Amino acid sequence: MASVTFDKASRIYPGQARPAVDKLDLDVADGEFLVLVGPSGCGKSTSLRMLAGLEEVNEGSIRIGDRDVTDVPPKDRDIAMVFQNYALYPHMTVAENMGFALKIAGVNKEERASRVLEAAKLLDLEDYLGRKPKALSGGQRQRVAMGRAIVRSPQVFLMDEPLSNLDAKLRVQTRTQIASLTRRLGVTTVYVTHDQTEALTMGDRIAVLKDGILQQVGTPRDLYAKPENVFVAGFIGSPAMNLFDADIVDGGLKFGTATAKVDRETLAGASGKKVTIGVRPEDVVVAKSGEGLPVDVDIVEELGADGYLYGHTDVDGNRVDIVVRVDGRVHPNAGDKVVITPQPDHIHVFDLESGERLSKKAVETSK
Amino acid sequence: MSQFLGWIATLPAWLQIILVIAAFLAVIGLLLFFIEIAPRTGRRYTAVRLAVCVLVPLIAMLILGSVIWAALIAAVLGGLFFLLDYRSRQGAGYLFQLVGFLAPAVILLAIGLIYPTIGTTIQAFQDNRSRNFVGLDNFIWIFTQPYGIRVVVNTIVWVLIVPTLSTIFGLAYAAFIDKSRGEKIFKALVFMPMAISFVGASIIWKFVYDAKPVGQEQIGLLNQIVVWFGGEPVYWLQNSPWNTFFLIVVLIWIQTGFAMVILSAAIKGVPAEQLEAAELDGTNAWQRFMNVTVPGIRSSLIVVLTTISIASLKVFDIVRTMTAGTNETSVIANEMYTQWKGFETGRSAAFAVVLFLLVMPIIIYNARQIKKQREIR
Repeated sequence: MASVTFDKASRIYPGQARPAVDKLDLDVADGEFLVLVGPSGCGKSTSLRMLAGLEEVNEGSIRIGDRDVTDVPPKDRDIAMVFQNYALYPHMTVAENMGFALKIAGVNKEERASRVLEAAKLLDLEDYLGRKPKALSGGQRQRVAMGRAIVRSPQVFLMDEPLSNLDAKLRVQTRTQIASLTRRLGVTTVYVTHDQTEALTMGDRIAVLKDGILQQVGTPRDLYAKPENVFVAGFIGSPAMNLFDADIVDGGLKFGTATAKVDRETLAGASGKKVTIGVRPEDVVVAKSGEGLPVDVDIVEELGADGYLYGHTDVDGNRVDIVVRVDGRVHPNAGDKVVITPQPDHIHVFDLESGERLSKKAVETSK
Repeated sequence: MSQFLGWIATLPAWLQIILVIAAFLAVIGLLLFFIEIAPRTGRRYTAVRLAVCVLVPLIAMLILGSVIWAALIAAVLGGLFFLLDYRSRQGAGYLFQLVGFLAPAVILLAIGLIYPTIGTTIQAFQDNRSRNFVGLDNFIWIFTQPYGIRVVVNTIVWVLIVPTLSTIFGLAYAAFIDKSRGEKIFKALVFMPMAISFVGASIIWKFVYDAKPVGQEQIGLLNQIVVWFGGEPVYWLQNSPWNTFFLIVVLIWIQTGFAMVILSAAIKGVPAEQLEAAELDGTNAWQRFMNVTVPGIRSSLIVVLTTISIASLKVFDIVRTMTAGTNETSVIANEMYTQWKGFETGRSAAFAVVLFLLVMPIIIYNARQIKKQREIR
């Protein structure tokens, strides 16, 4: 077990001007579960593969523990990886698949069998040890891939979207299993996903990437409550945060006919006369009438406990879509007109040009 | 028909060529047309079928000049169409169509393959003129005198060496050039011998092995090299048993390209993730090759091995062209021909049966392996 450090690590594919991973600086503590998340093409898988040694590091370095592994071949890095499509060896049985690394390492037969059995017990795979991967279900294959990683007791686990080939229900189930398993084993884990829900539920910390550049690293709570820029604000949370451009006026912000109070210090940092404001769907108060932003309700999504109201409003002749969380029992219906006001403590303000967060204090007081 | 041919013969040569090709294309087109319209439903297709039933016999009458033949063709054609059409509309038509469309292939196979097999097998138990049954005499003859045994042993040597070496060379080459620069050119270089006919290849190699007496200028590549190094010219194709191996080299030279192309494609089909997973599991390149790549291309390896095995069992052209089976280089296929030419039909057929029996297990094994592979994939 060991920590992992990316030190200004870059990957530039030949013939491409923009690096796939651009000067990534990231520390993963010993035993931590770190999730790399971002939209497709953001460089999250490439970062993971750099750590695995499957991609070259063009600039900077990568360390596992105190050892610089930048130029160490994958086989000597003592890491195990779970691939998206599991990459099980089709001609080997489950036991052979799981014990392959040990066999290569020259571990004797008895110890190999006992370690495989131990891992199989952990993953509920004892009954399938003699089967070939083809005779297993998707979930079982996924567990074999996990088992293959566990058996080796490596320094670091790498997981590249290991749940994306499972159906929705199994995915939720497995995601808890993986999170609790890696914590029980206490192995440092780097987990790649494009699904922000997975990231929020599994990670000790989350690193958000976009276009090869690290956007923010922090605990799930940090990222949700205090996104450092517009991209993170929009990416983390489902449904996504409402983001609009608003004018700076005396005493706050003006958006359409509505105004919101924002303190002067926050807005002092803005580079122009407009800023981007963000409000999460649950931080909005809905009223039948009164002060606020008039919204036409397009549809209300029922989720049981609560619902999501999808509506739109006109601002200077432009249609703006808005999502608001409403009570599951009492809520407006499609076609209704309502008035909404954001809760002043929960407004996120970002610079219009740079997208950087301006309202740091607003959040600290909130929760 | 004869009038038509006579008329064609009076035309200039280039026109004859064009006309023959045109006639050929017309027949093929007509056949495809039948196959295409026969199973279709709808009034228009019925009309087309009707027209075909009238026109084809008419054309036949014009060409053959015989009313009886035309009537016969019309009856067969009409009956066939009617049956296929009628039955396919009745719901039970599937079997009828199956039989209707399978029949030509089955009939041709029966005439071209099954009938001769049975005929040859019967001949193998008959005397040299296929008149009287002689029991196992022909087989006893093969297996009781050194020459016959030699022929069978030679064939077995071919089958053991050619597939093994061709596959090993092809696999090694495919693995080495995989993802290298200029892969296509490297592949083409090794694949080229495949494109040369066996006889052509044999003549090329006959020149390579050619030997002239000491003192004369050597025209064979190998002997020229030997002479350069101060040796005496060697008669490569005359000294048994090595001459058989020199013949074997030719088939290896040809088949390596085949093995390489198939295996190269198979290697590319091995998922990259499996190799990466193996890399992270601590394997070096050789261990990856043996534990992931080779099992991954197992089915292709079997196909290549069995295909080349069958090709080497049946080898004829190389031996015939280069030594004609002299100096103890003969193989079964060559001996089949030699015996038949020497008016020993029985012995020739016996050799054929032996060859057939040797090929059978390979084909059965191949079929079973293909079935087995489905369990993994």
